[in-house]
Amino acid sequence: MALTNRSVAIDRSPMTFVESLYLPSIFKGMGITFSHIFKKKPTINYPEQTRPFSPVFRGLHVLNRDEEGRENCTACGLCAVACPAEAITMEAAERLPGEENLYREEKYAAKYEINMLRCIFCGLCEEACPKDAIYLSETFAPANFARKGFIYGKDDLLIPNKNTEPEAYAKAKGLNQ
Amino acid sequence: MIVLAFDFALFLEKLILIAVVIFGSLGVALYTTFAERKVAAILQDRRGPNRAGPFGLLQPFADGLKLVFKEEIIPNTSNKTLFIMGPGLAMTAALMTSAVLPWGNKVELFDRTIALQIADVNIGMLYVFAVVSMGVYGIMIGGWASNNKFSLMAALRGASQAISYELAMGLSLIALVMVTGSLSLKTIVEQQMLPGHLWNIAYQPLGFLLFLVCAFAECNRTPFDLPEAENELNFGYHQEYSSMKLGFYLFAEYVNMFISSAIMATIYFGGYDIPFLDESKISPNIAAILGIGALMTKIIIFIFVFMWVRWTIPRFRYDQLMNLGWKKMVPLALANMLLTGAIILWLQGK
Repeated sequence: MALTNRSVAIDRSPMTFVESLYLPSIFKGMGITFSHIFKKKPTINYPEQTRPFSPVFRGLHVLNRDEEGRENCTACGLCAVACPAEAITMEAAERLPGEENLYREEKYAAKYEINMLRCIFCGLCEEACPKDAIYLSETFAPANFARKGFIYGKDDLLIPNKNTEPEAYAKAKGLNQ
Repeated sequence: MIVLAFDFALFLEKLILIAVVIFGSLGVALYTTFAERKVAAILQDRRGPNRAGPFGLLQPFADGLKLVFKEEIIPNTSNKTLFIMGPGLAMTAALMTSAVLPWGNKVELFDRTIALQIADVNIGMLYVFAVVSMGVYGIMIGGWASNNKFSLMAALRGASQAISYELAMGLSLIALVMVTGSLSLKTIVEQQMLPGHLWNIAYQPLGFLLFLVCAFAECNRTPFDLPEAENELNFGYHQEYSSMKLGFYLFAEYVNMFISSAIMATIYFGGYDIPFLDESKISPNIAAILGIGALMTKIIIFIFVFMWVRWTIPRFRYDQLMNLGWKKMVPLALANMLLTGAIILWLQGK
């Protein structure tokens, strides 16, 4: 019983003399390869050109700041609890007088680490965050020589302050590309 | 007392010509490796090497440098003399053919008329044939001296293939020689340049087709690349080779391709003849330069065909190869020879 209509009966009759010279089929094949010269190439020149990511792409995390450039994160730990891969660790600290321009709430994350080798980029931390502090960006983790290099600290994750470092902020957002 | 009158200028002239031809062939072969990768990429909708230098033009040098810096390994159980000799022999055989090829007509320089041909041997065709048959020694010796069964299998395949296809090649050339009446390559080209005389392809279309197929086989190019069948023999007769020795083997293949393209252009496509142009009306130097350009264009087209075929069709099976060689090519070449002879006799009798 035929399962599909694509099956073709195999012709097992011996080759005719012309067929056994192979030339007609060879010329046919050469015609096919020649036509590929004019086809559009699907490859892009990667580091110079990049393909746009989808708006819902889940890439590397960023720790967000508010309008005045203060860190949103209050080290509540909900992201770490939500994380199915247990990739997030943090240490909380209390905001001291005079640090109001650095941290939005009275409590902040003194240490915030994500192990990018554990992270599965599911985006549950983003959903769990009550303070809009963590987001998944549209970049992915670059290669590294050591496992240590994949543990991203606050230096790597925190988005640059857009008021004091506008250039770095623009670069992190990918605005100048 | 002059013991021997010796024309040192001629000696120098030939020496320079030899150097130019050899380094020219090597340079063309160098860029043929690049072209091969580019053509392969384009035929497969890829981009090919484009990182080393503008458009990747420095890629062959990067490849060469890589090969030079690789570790040189000579297997313990190999026959050392032959092992070292193999690549050199392959390369020498590949380059030697270029001696009798006319690369252009004449140039007039420093009150001298310099023929752009290293040696105008009156049996040029036989010389070509003899040297081409020597090419198999490089493969044979390399495979044998490696003391590796895969290499030996590949070498055996290479040798039997070369012997089978040389026969058809010789027979197709005999038909051509019957048409031209000369074995000198220079004379053959000049005949094709005569007004009212077409290129030999017009008189010997079947002969050319047979010669082309045999040239593929002699150069071990796909679909006749059985000696280098990677999936069956790991790598082929040069499996035990490394560093520049391997480079020489790979390179000799490209030199062979260049030279056989040059031979085909010379004997079937008018050599340095530019179609629809009477070369005697322009100054000889310009004519020579244009002629070299014409020959190079023809060679490049042939090299492209070599690559085009390589990236189109798969390898023949061994029995298919032998069937095609002995049961199809040889009878066809014989028929072609008989037909040519009959037509020549008929034309003479008229």
